[in-house]
Amino acid sequence: MIKSSKSIKVIIGLLGGAVILGGCNAPTFGAFRGATTQGHDEFKLWVGFAIAGIAVAAIVWGLIFWAIARYRRKGDEIPRQFHEHIPLEIIYTTLPIIIIGVLFYFTVVTENEVDAVSSHPNEIVHVLAYRWGWRFSYYGQNNKSQGVMIQTAAEPKLLAQPATSSQYPQLVIPEGETVRIVLNSADVVHGFYIPAFNFSRYALPGVTNVFDFTPTQIGVFRGQCSQYCGLYHSEMLFSVKVVSPGAFTKWVSSQQITQNQPGGSR
Amino acid sequence: MTLLAGRPAVAAAGAHGEEEHGPSGILKWITSTDHKVIGKSYLITSFLFFCAAGLMAVIMRTQLASPDATVVSQHAYNELFTMHGSLMLYLFAGPFAFGGLANYIVPLQVGAPDMAFPRLNALSYWLYLSGGLIMLGGFLTVGGAADFGWVAYAPLSNAVNSPGAGPDMWIVALVLTGFSAIFTGVNLVATIFYLRAPGLTMFRLPIFTWNMLVTAILILIAFPVLTAALVMLWADRHLGTHIFEVAGGGVPVLWQNLFWFFGHPEVYILALPYFGVVTEIIPVFSRKPTFGYRGMIFATISIAALSTSVWAHHMFTTGVVLLPFFSLMSYLIAVPTGIKFFNWIGTMWRGSVRYDTPMLFATGFLIVFLFGGVTGIFLASPPIDFATHDTYFVVAHFHEVLFGSAVFAGFAGIYYWYPKITGRMLNEKLGKTSFWLMFIGFWVTFIPQYLLGLHGMPRRIAEYSASTGWTTLNRVSTGGAYILFLSVAVMLVNFWVAWRKPVPAIGNPWDGHTLEWATTSPPPSHNFYALPPVRSERPVWDLNHPNHPTISHEDKKQVSEKELAGVIAGSDKGEDR
Repeated sequence: MIKSSKSIKVIIGLLGGAVILGGCNAPTFGAFRGATTQGHDEFKLWVGFAIAGIAVAAIVWGLIFWAIARYRRKGDEIPRQFHEHIPLEIIYTTLPIIIIGVLFYFTVVTENEVDAVSSHPNEIVHVLAYRWGWRFSYYGQNNKSQGVMIQTAAEPKLLAQPATSSQYPQLVIPEGETVRIVLNSADVVHGFYIPAFNFSRYALPGVTNVFDFTPTQIGVFRGQCSQYCGLYHSEMLFSVKVVSPGAFTKWVSSQQITQNQPGGSR
Repeated sequence: MTLLAGRPAVAAAGAHGEEEHGPSGILKWITSTDHKVIGKSYLITSFLFFCAAGLMAVIMRTQLASPDATVVSQHAYNELFTMHGSLMLYLFAGPFAFGGLANYIVPLQVGAPDMAFPRLNALSYWLYLSGGLIMLGGFLTVGGAADFGWVAYAPLSNAVNSPGAGPDMWIVALVLTGFSAIFTGVNLVATIFYLRAPGLTMFRLPIFTWNMLVTAILILIAFPVLTAALVMLWADRHLGTHIFEVAGGGVPVLWQNLFWFFGHPEVYILALPYFGVVTEIIPVFSRKPTFGYRGMIFATISIAALSTSVWAHHMFTTGVVLLPFFSLMSYLIAVPTGIKFFNWIGTMWRGSVRYDTPMLFATGFLIVFLFGGVTGIFLASPPIDFATHDTYFVVAHFHEVLFGSAVFAGFAGIYYWYPKITGRMLNEKLGKTSFWLMFIGFWVTFIPQYLLGLHGMPRRIAEYSASTGWTTLNRVSTGGAYILFLSVAVMLVNFWVAWRKPVPAIGNPWDGHTLEWATTSPPPSHNFYALPPVRSERPVWDLNHPNHPTISHEDKKQVSEKELAGVIAGSDKGEDR
């Protein structure tokens, strides 16, 4: 028992290191690397957690399997009837507290990075979620794209199309610039979820949610409503197209500018 | 005290009077206030709901096995996952534990003739049964059963978005089963506080009974909140109030707060009883006392206390909750849960462990629950939750913890107490087959779901496009679900075999430690003809192994039976001379 508690201590030491180093060149453990700066911060935290989680699980599983293999009943001898070991119990109460202290610290650091909002976002997009579609309206004072609105409702039985198909509404944003999303719902609770960005946020009726992201990768990414919203929830898809700033300016000028749009904000 | 003093007379009356002159057959079942009859009714009813909900899961997995599938319509799929969740959580996992196992076992473990309020107990069952049938009855209405998910988020659950009788029946059913749970909670608290046998102090109570006490208190904290929220929802739907409606100045997020203030303690209402089951089984099959008995109790109490302050970790992505607070509180639950794990391992440590089916399922619980627990730590971190919220990662996580507790530990409990309840043994070979199928099926079902969640597959979607690349993982997961189905089928065959070709069970087939093993299998009408003296938390062990009392860790050497016999013989001889 003493030996195992020592090895637990060693792991605790490694644990902090794992969380710090996480994300450099480590495997992804099944997750997206994050196509935004915020998403990549989340990814680094994920890798740290995955390593820590696997280490803890391996130790406890190791103890369980050892107990299974070693203490299988062989004779009719009754084992020693000990029932407690206070120092050991104190150790295995304290160690988890240290572990969660470390995890909590990195959680708060990452959370502040992910949730930080810029005072000068490059683009502001109002996103309105409704059953069962999305409306993207570009607003703001210093934006290139003021007044552009994209709106498509998901239509039933379009699923054979890839989610990136033009049948679904597409949010076009410039790479490397801070994009502010102002999120609302017109009816029930929806979830604005972009897996490749490692991010989701509820679109709530009566509440305006605001967050920023800075795309770091050019490409088209799938988006989907993640919070169940009724009959055609499965088909409430959209896509995010990240383009170079130059291409973004071109795209904006190709769009019809609709004046005095009521927009998505209440 | 009067009750205890009067017990032998009551027991005698029960044995010779009631059984001969009372009603028989179905009338006896309907009018019974015996905790054993009600407990059995609860066990059977909730197991049937489990089978129904399991079949729904199999249909859903069949639908998801291929992209753009049309095994069921989207509407039917939405009904199925709503009812699967509702049946499993409200009608199986909880009632099976506190209505079934606890109802049957707790009075036996505290050495009482019945629950404190037998008539209230009967009322609980009949409310539960009517609630369950009303909920299922939703399928017979024109609009179908409720289809807003088991969480019924406002405003999806209002009269505009979810019209019809099905949703109303769901609400009424939950109010009824909610009251049933509250009454059972009151009953358990009263039974455990007031009907304990002489000598059975609080720190000699079996851990299962301790956990049921804490669970009952959690029920009394959580269920009234749900019932109140449901009444508000009903008022919004039918009386024109605007509690959850933005249009009238209401706040939809209020529903989420109220629901999860019930919902998170509910998670522990579903888990703590099963922790208790496992804590009964491991010491018995390891032939050792529970390691860290008091630590176990304090861990249970802290889990329950913490569970009331973590509800908003279900709402991290709403953007309207204080993230660090709820994150830290959620992390803290890992500490008492970790203590429990180490205590379970400590109980097996240097024991003499025999792997009969109950122990096999209990060990399976340890292994699977650990993984679900670790991924729970991940989800307590808001940034990671942002990436995985409402995806199959979460689905896999809570199935691992809930399936791990309610099914692995629940089945362990069935195999452990089946001889006590029926007086018959279950077949070991079938039991072990059922275990291995379940253990394999479990990983095959849920590991792909973790990966699907990380690949961005949201939960509660009836179909997906092949372009997502989710097909293979979904197929594997569906295969796993079929293995799980097979495992439960083997279990049902086992029941059938035990029914048709009974193998009689003795009073204490497992060399059990606690008072339920001090009576016959099944117990007589008022449970005990005589109670052994209670001098520790293992009265029946003390009775059967008087030379092997619990010792502290410092006592390096246990006096063996031979030596002790020698000492006694020696002193006897000394006196003779």
